[in-house]
Amino acid sequence: MTAPATEGSLPQQRGRLARVPSLAAFADGILITLMLGAVILWFAPAGMGRYGTYVLSLWLVTSIAVMGLNLTLGYAGLKSLAQAAFMGLGAYATALLTTKVGLNWYTSFALSGLLTFAVGLVLGFPALRVKAHYLAFVTLAFSTLIWLILRNEQWLTGGVFGLSNIPRPSLFGLKLDGALAFHRFVVIVTLILAVALWWMIRSPWGRAFTALRENPIRAASLGIDTRMYTLLAFAIGSAYAGFAGALYAPLVEFIDPSPFSLSQSFFLLLMVVAGGAGYLLGPFIGALLGVVLPEWLRVVGSLYLIIFATIVMLLLIACPQGVSGLLERGWAKLTGKGKIGKTVAGKSVAPNTGGRS
Amino acid sequence: MAEFIAYLIAGIATGAIYALAAIGFTLVWQTSQTINFAQGEFVMLPAVLVLLAIKLFGAPIWLGALIGIAAFILIFGVGFKVAVVDPMIRHGVLPLAIATMALSIIMKEGAKDGFSAEAQNFPSFVPTQTISVFGASISLQHIAIIVVAFAVIGLLQWFVGGTRLGRQMQATAQNPTVARILGIPVERMVLLTFVINAALAVVASVLISPIYLAKFSNGEVIGLFAFIAAIVGGFNQVRGALVGGLVVGIVDSMAAAYISSSYRLAVPLVLLVVIILLKPEGLMGRKEERRV
Amino acid sequence: MKSKWIIAAALGAGLAAPSLAQDKVKLVDVVELSGAGATAGTNWKNGIDLAVADINAKGGILGRQIEIVHYDTQTNPGNTRAAVQRAIDEGTYAVLGPVFSGPIGASMQISQRAEIAQFVGGEAAGLTKQGNQYLFRTSLSQAAAMPKIANYLKNTVKAGSVAVVWVNNDFGKGGRDAIIPELEKAGIKVAADVATEQGQADFAADAIKIKNSNADAIFVYLNEEESARFLRAAKQQGINKPMVGETTLLGAKVIELAGDAANGVKGHVGLSIDAPIPAFQEFGKKYQAKYNYASDHNGLKGYMAVYMIKWATEKQKKFDSKGVADTLRGATIKPSDEPGILMETTIESNGDLDRESFLAEVINGKQVINATLPKIKP
Repeated sequence: MTAPATEGSLPQQRGRLARVPSLAAFADGILITLMLGAVILWFAPAGMGRYGTYVLSLWLVTSIAVMGLNLTLGYAGLKSLAQAAFMGLGAYATALLTTKVGLNWYTSFALSGLLTFAVGLVLGFPALRVKAHYLAFVTLAFSTLIWLILRNEQWLTGGVFGLSNIPRPSLFGLKLDGALAFHRFVVIVTLILAVALWWMIRSPWGRAFTALRENPIRAASLGIDTRMYTLLAFAIGSAYAGFAGALYAPLVEFIDPSPFSLSQSFFLLLMVVAGGAGYLLGPFIGALLGVVLPEWLRVVGSLYLIIFATIVMLLLIACPQGVSGLLERGWAKLTGKGKIGKTVAGKSVAPNTGGRS
Repeated sequence: MAEFIAYLIAGIATGAIYALAAIGFTLVWQTSQTINFAQGEFVMLPAVLVLLAIKLFGAPIWLGALIGIAAFILIFGVGFKVAVVDPMIRHGVLPLAIATMALSIIMKEGAKDGFSAEAQNFPSFVPTQTISVFGASISLQHIAIIVVAFAVIGLLQWFVGGTRLGRQMQATAQNPTVARILGIPVERMVLLTFVINAALAVVASVLISPIYLAKFSNGEVIGLFAFIAAIVGGFNQVRGALVGGLVVGIVDSMAAAYISSSYRLAVPLVLLVVIILLKPEGLMGRKEERRV
Repeated sequence: MKSKWIIAAALGAGLAAPSLAQDKVKLVDVVELSGAGATAGTNWKNGIDLAVADINAKGGILGRQIEIVHYDTQTNPGNTRAAVQRAIDEGTYAVLGPVFSGPIGASMQISQRAEIAQFVGGEAAGLTKQGNQYLFRTSLSQAAAMPKIANYLKNTVKAGSVAVVWVNNDFGKGGRDAIIPELEKAGIKVAADVATEQGQADFAADAIKIKNSNADAIFVYLNEEESARFLRAAKQQGINKPMVGETTLLGAKVIELAGDAANGVKGHVGLSIDAPIPAFQEFGKKYQAKYNYASDHNGLKGYMAVYMIKWATEKQKKFDSKGVADTLRGATIKPSDEPGILMETTIESNGDLDRESFLAEVINGKQVINATLPKIKP
């Protein structure tokens, strides 16, 4: 049921994707793709039923978290194993602020982002002081600690029984309780966040990132405060997870600790890499693989998870740069720009996914 | 005091389980910079394969064990290296680590769908009796695990330092380019570590499963604790796995006893963070020189 | 008429004749087939498949064959919600599952809004306190079972203090939160309150802690395999106090896995394939034959859930999915009317169940029922 509509939107992305990201001349193609994608997704649920609509929304919400992790990993080269935990912080903050404190969703959304941003700073600072890749280990510990707190502090979080009846927001007095209305709201929020990230990457600040990723030693010698930049990238990436959580809570209308566990953080990491780390549209493809593909595969019955994991593994074996990298290679071949494509792949892609951790 | 000793011994026994699983982490990391997130599943699966072989072919235990173990080493030692690690390793650590995550899902789901969603008894090769040590009881099975963990580390140390093959392996681990120039068959050496890794997983599986039962989901907990143990002990030292495993096991046991049982998992993790901040290379690890 | 046609078709064309879609009734089971709930979920699924096969072999419900579809939730609320939504979009007649409280909490509003009955395996007390008219349990709630345990500890075991060991998930925490106040009410001291993790590697530390608490009895509330591992660890540490449990501790799986260590374990059993009721034992044999292992209580729950739907449909004599919930609320299903329900079951207006239950003990590797406890509101 979801297949026709999303498939319809994919070729659009594919065409543009191939030109990302370092060919500045084509960078606006990403913006156009985002806009086009938003328009398609706005109308996509027509005739799709509540289930299809819900899965599309879940895909977009997950994409936001993956986008954040893509900034952290794909652009700043930091491995975070706590993206789902940050999403949990955002989700619980929003759920508690809207149900118990009585704030509106927009304030809660902003506060969730602020909270996760601040926690990201506090967590990243000591870890990055030691060595960049130790962040992975610190976030691994953090992720499990958050999960334990969510589960154990029942007075606040509802513990293993979770929090239910999380209200959905309204927009200019318009109720967004219905599946379609809320889906469209999610589309708008996702678009805003994606464009913000696009802008960030293109800004001088974002360019510093790219410099950092491609050659940290040179970047440092050029006077870029590498620690400051990586820390900010991690904090912003975490804030995106907080935003995603703030949408996840009203989408599912119920939260418990399980979607924010360590294994889910691993899963988000899988989506970044499978989609293509360091590509702006990679997260959408990654989340499509992680969220929508298993739903499609339900038709094959009980083996669907094995088939899903096999597809992911084969994909990575065939193309370690993920789907975006694969598309880029294909595009380069198609247009005869093989050489350019190769240097792009060799120089800008390999280092960000590579490096020893 | 007797109580403390009882907790200590329980912690050492559990720690030896983690250590046994963690050795593989450090081994493949050293020779090929591979982080295998399916390590826990590597320890889970041999026991399941043995039981499956017994069930499918109606084979006696020894034959089932032989078939299961041979199949495992072939697929997850040689096959894993050739089909997964080789094509990906030059693209850096992360895509490969993610691929092993996918592999862990395949192994887990495969064990569940192909064998059983239920935990199964696994025959013990060691008597199940309990003996008393300083007033605390410990089973012979646990003692066997502790002994084997130490023996494996000792053997590996001897192998790496004392045999020609081992020294070639070590040279490969330290600098594959120079090793190649010196005429060491680097590829074969790396393959050897993967076969050793698979064999160790089998040993761990056969020893742990009688206590821990054979079940598709067992790898999750073992894998996580082994990973923590490897970080705590030091990823680039095989003996780091032993120290890390024991430390984590003891800390876990003490946390359950004297701190809160619902937060017991937090204590080893706090320890992990402290160690990273104070001695990032792990308790036993050497500082890594930057390779250019 | 229709049913005659189906029978005729089946007789005429044999098994090859596929019945038309409208001659089937679709049931969707949304359950934990992967993730933390996979073991419970698989039992539940198998129980359902067994019931569906039985019913279909006997001509279906009101002449219609049941078409059963299972959707995995991955024990994740977001996925559960998607799957339940999908089930409803696909026009399921009723929703079966899930078993864990979290996934139930994430999906029960969906079926409530669609006015479709949902049959869940959860035992946490809170589920039926939210005024959801479409949610039905398939077993006693912990709020109903725990007073029986407290009573048993006080009067039969005569324990003055009890150590409680529980698994820290929705099942264990729910049980722990239900038993502690009951123990206090009965004047029993809680000597130790020990949480364990699901899938925990070793129970030695927990067993030592409980041993040192010197409680008169130990209440064990863990899932089956953890129960078995705990019993072994307790035996190894030389604990010889009575081990008392609720349903899971006395399960066939625990006895199989724990071996000797399970002997002497006693407690309250809600659903058990060893219950002294022929229908239960019959179910146990069929399950064993088909799946090659013994069913736990979740298998029984899934089996009975399908028969609850069948009974309600035949009672209202039509396929009206909203009517299923209306018919079931306040009803009492007797095995004489519907043998598949296995034992007399009263469905209260909030979706809770009331049934007889048992006091049992494990003797020489066998579960032996000592007494049958009456329904709470006989």
